[in-house]
Amino acid sequence: MAVEGFVPQDGSDPMVPEPYRIVERRRETSHTVTLALSSAGEVPTRAFQPGQFSMLYAFGLGEVPISISGSTARRDRLEYTIRGVGAVSKALCETPVGAMLGVRGPFGTAWPVAGPENRDLLIVAGGIGLAPLRSVIYQVLERRSHFGNAFVLIGARTEADLLFRDEYPRWRAAGLDTRVTLDAASGSWKGSVGVVTSLFPNVEVRPNRTVAMLCGPEVMMRFAAQALRDKGLSPHDIYVSMERNMKCAVGFCGRCQYGADFICRDGPVLPFGRLEDRLVLQEV
Amino acid sequence: MPETGHDHADSIDTPSVLSAAHFGALLQAIRNEGYTLVGPTVRDGAIIYDEIESTQDLPIGWTDEQEAGHYRLKRRDDFAYFGYVVGPQSWKKFLLPARRRLWSSVRREDGGFTIEPEPLPERRLAFIGVRACELAAIRTQDRVLMEGSFQDPYYRAARQGAFVVAVNCVSAAPTCFCASMNTGPKVSGGDLALTEVVSPERHYFLVSPQTARGQAVLQRVEHRAASDEEQDEALTHEARAVSQMRRKLDTEGLPELIAAAQGSAHWQRVAERCLACTNCTMVCPTCFCSTVEDTVDLSGQRAERHRKLDSCFNREFTYLHTGSVRESGAARYRQWLTHKLSTWHAQFDSSGCVGCGRCITWCPVGIDITEEAAALREAVDQS
Repeated sequence: MAVEGFVPQDGSDPMVPEPYRIVERRRETSHTVTLALSSAGEVPTRAFQPGQFSMLYAFGLGEVPISISGSTARRDRLEYTIRGVGAVSKALCETPVGAMLGVRGPFGTAWPVAGPENRDLLIVAGGIGLAPLRSVIYQVLERRSHFGNAFVLIGARTEADLLFRDEYPRWRAAGLDTRVTLDAASGSWKGSVGVVTSLFPNVEVRPNRTVAMLCGPEVMMRFAAQALRDKGLSPHDIYVSMERNMKCAVGFCGRCQYGADFICRDGPVLPFGRLEDRLVLQEV
Repeated sequence: MPETGHDHADSIDTPSVLSAAHFGALLQAIRNEGYTLVGPTVRDGAIIYDEIESTQDLPIGWTDEQEAGHYRLKRRDDFAYFGYVVGPQSWKKFLLPARRRLWSSVRREDGGFTIEPEPLPERRLAFIGVRACELAAIRTQDRVLMEGSFQDPYYRAARQGAFVVAVNCVSAAPTCFCASMNTGPKVSGGDLALTEVVSPERHYFLVSPQTARGQAVLQRVEHRAASDEEQDEALTHEARAVSQMRRKLDTEGLPELIAAAQGSAHWQRVAERCLACTNCTMVCPTCFCSTVEDTVDLSGQRAERHRKLDSCFNREFTYLHTGSVRESGAARYRQWLTHKLSTWHAQFDSSGCVGCGRCITWCPVGIDITEEAAALREAVDQS
C-alpha cells in the first residue's frame, strides 16, 4: 500500500519547500479554485500517485495540506483543488497565475488503482472529496477496458457546489457511470436529492470483485463504508482518505496521529478494515 | 597535550578511577576536543541543563526531593556532584529545541521568493551527566527523528556531534520507575559511563569508557585502574538506586490493554483532575510533537518559519476547519497516555515512556501515569 512520495535522498531538510509557479487557475465554485503548478526550481515538477497530497505554502502566511486533483499523465504540472476555508487556503485561492508558491511533497499513500484486471470500481465522493478521486478517474479513463463496472457517486450540498461538473459528460461517455445527489436542491434540479448513500440502492455492487474508494467528510465515509459492508463488501476492499491537522507531513509534528497511524505517512488513503474500530470512537 | 596518568593499559572494559579532584580535568579534556559543555546546574530552585564552564557550575551538594506534584532542592550532607536524580529538563532541550527557525524566505523583485534553509548547528555539545532513562529517551527520539524514512537534519547533526558522559543514578526518587521500563537505572552507552562514589573517606568516579573517543578522552586525564574494592563500592552505590525504587508500571501486555481500554469511563475520571496544562508533555524527554509558526516582517519582504514544540493537550493541536477533533480533556489525556504506552510500540518498536517520572513530579495535580495505567488495567480486567 505504502507508496514512496518525495523523500530527500541527500539528507536535506524535508521541511524546506520547493518553489513552484502557478501556470493555470480555474474557479470551480464560489469557494473553490483549481491551481496548476509547475516547478520553478532546479528539480523538475515532481511525479505523484492519485491520493497523495502536498503542503502548499503562501508567502508569509503559512502552509496547508492539499490533495492533488490532476492527471498523473501530465508530468509538467501538479493540480490542486482548494476550498478557501481558512486564512491560508483563502489566500491560495486568490493567488494569481504567474505567482510563486512553496510546495513540499507529494506525500502519503495512494488509492489502490493498480490491482487485478476487471475489478469493479466504486468511487464515492462528498463535496471537496471528489478532488483526490479525480486523479483516480483520469487513470481509469486512460485504461477503461482494464476495469469492470465503474461507478462515480457524487454528493454535494447544492447544485452550485458541484465540482468538475463540465467533465461529467466525458466521464459518462467513457463508460464511468457517474451519478449525482444533492443535500438541497432548487426547483430546476431534476436529479436525486439526499445523502450520497441514497444512491447505493440503485448501484449493483458485486462483492469480491469490487474495490470502493471513499473521500468526503468523516461521517459520510463512515456511513458509506457501513452501507457497502451491508452490501457484502469486505472492509479491506473499502478505502477511505482521512483528514487531520498536519504541520509537517513527514511524521515529525505528531498532530495527525489517528491511533497508531500517522495520517501523513501511513495515510491519507487507508483501508477501512484498518480503521473500523477507531471510526466508532469519538475524538480519536 | 601532556600524556598523563596511564599507569596501566586501558581496555574498554576495565573500569578506572578518576578522583573527584580530577573531574575538572576531564571536563577540560572534553572541551579541548572542541566540545561545548552542557550539564546540570542550579537555577531558579531546580537543577536544569545549561552550558557549564567547570565543576563549580555543577549542583555540588544539592539533591532533589520529588513526589507527585512536588519538587524541591535540598542540601545534601556531602559534596556530591551528581547527587540528584532528574530535573524538569532533558537533553531534548539541545537536540529538539523548544523553538527553532527552519528557514527564512526573501521576496525577489520578480514577485517570487527564495527559501534559505537554516544552517546546521556548528557547536558540538558534550552532555555531562546523562542518566540511564535519558539515554533511553534519546534513543527513543532517534527512532522518531533520525531513523525513519524522513530525517530531521538538525537533530541528526546535533545528535551525531554530541559527546555523552553518562552518570549512573546512585539513588532513586519516589517518582522513578525506570526498572519497570527496562531503561535503567544502570547506564549502557554514551561515550563514558561514570558512577560517583561519595563517602566520608573518599570521593571518586568509577569510569568505564564505552567508545573509542570516550577512551581517548580518558587517556588525557589522570586516572588509574580501579581496585576490586573500589569497583564493589561503586556497585553498592548503584544497587541503592535499584533498592530505593518504589514505583512500578506493569508492562505485561500493556499496549494491547490500553488499546482495549479506549472506550473506558476511566479517561473521564482522569480528565476531572487534569488541567490540560501541558506540563507532562513539556518535561517528557520523548515527547516530540510540534507546530510551526509562519511570520513575515513589517516590510512584507522577509518571511520565516519556526518549529515550536507543542502538546497534544492543547485544543488547537487537532484543529480542523470544523473544530478540534479532541475537544474534551478525556480525549486529550487518552491520546497522550495511549501514545506513550500503546501506539508508540506500533510506530517505533518501543514504549514511548522511559520511566523517568518527570510527568508525575511536574503534574500540578499529581496525576501519576503508573497509577492511571494500573487503574486502566483494573477497568479492563473487570469488564
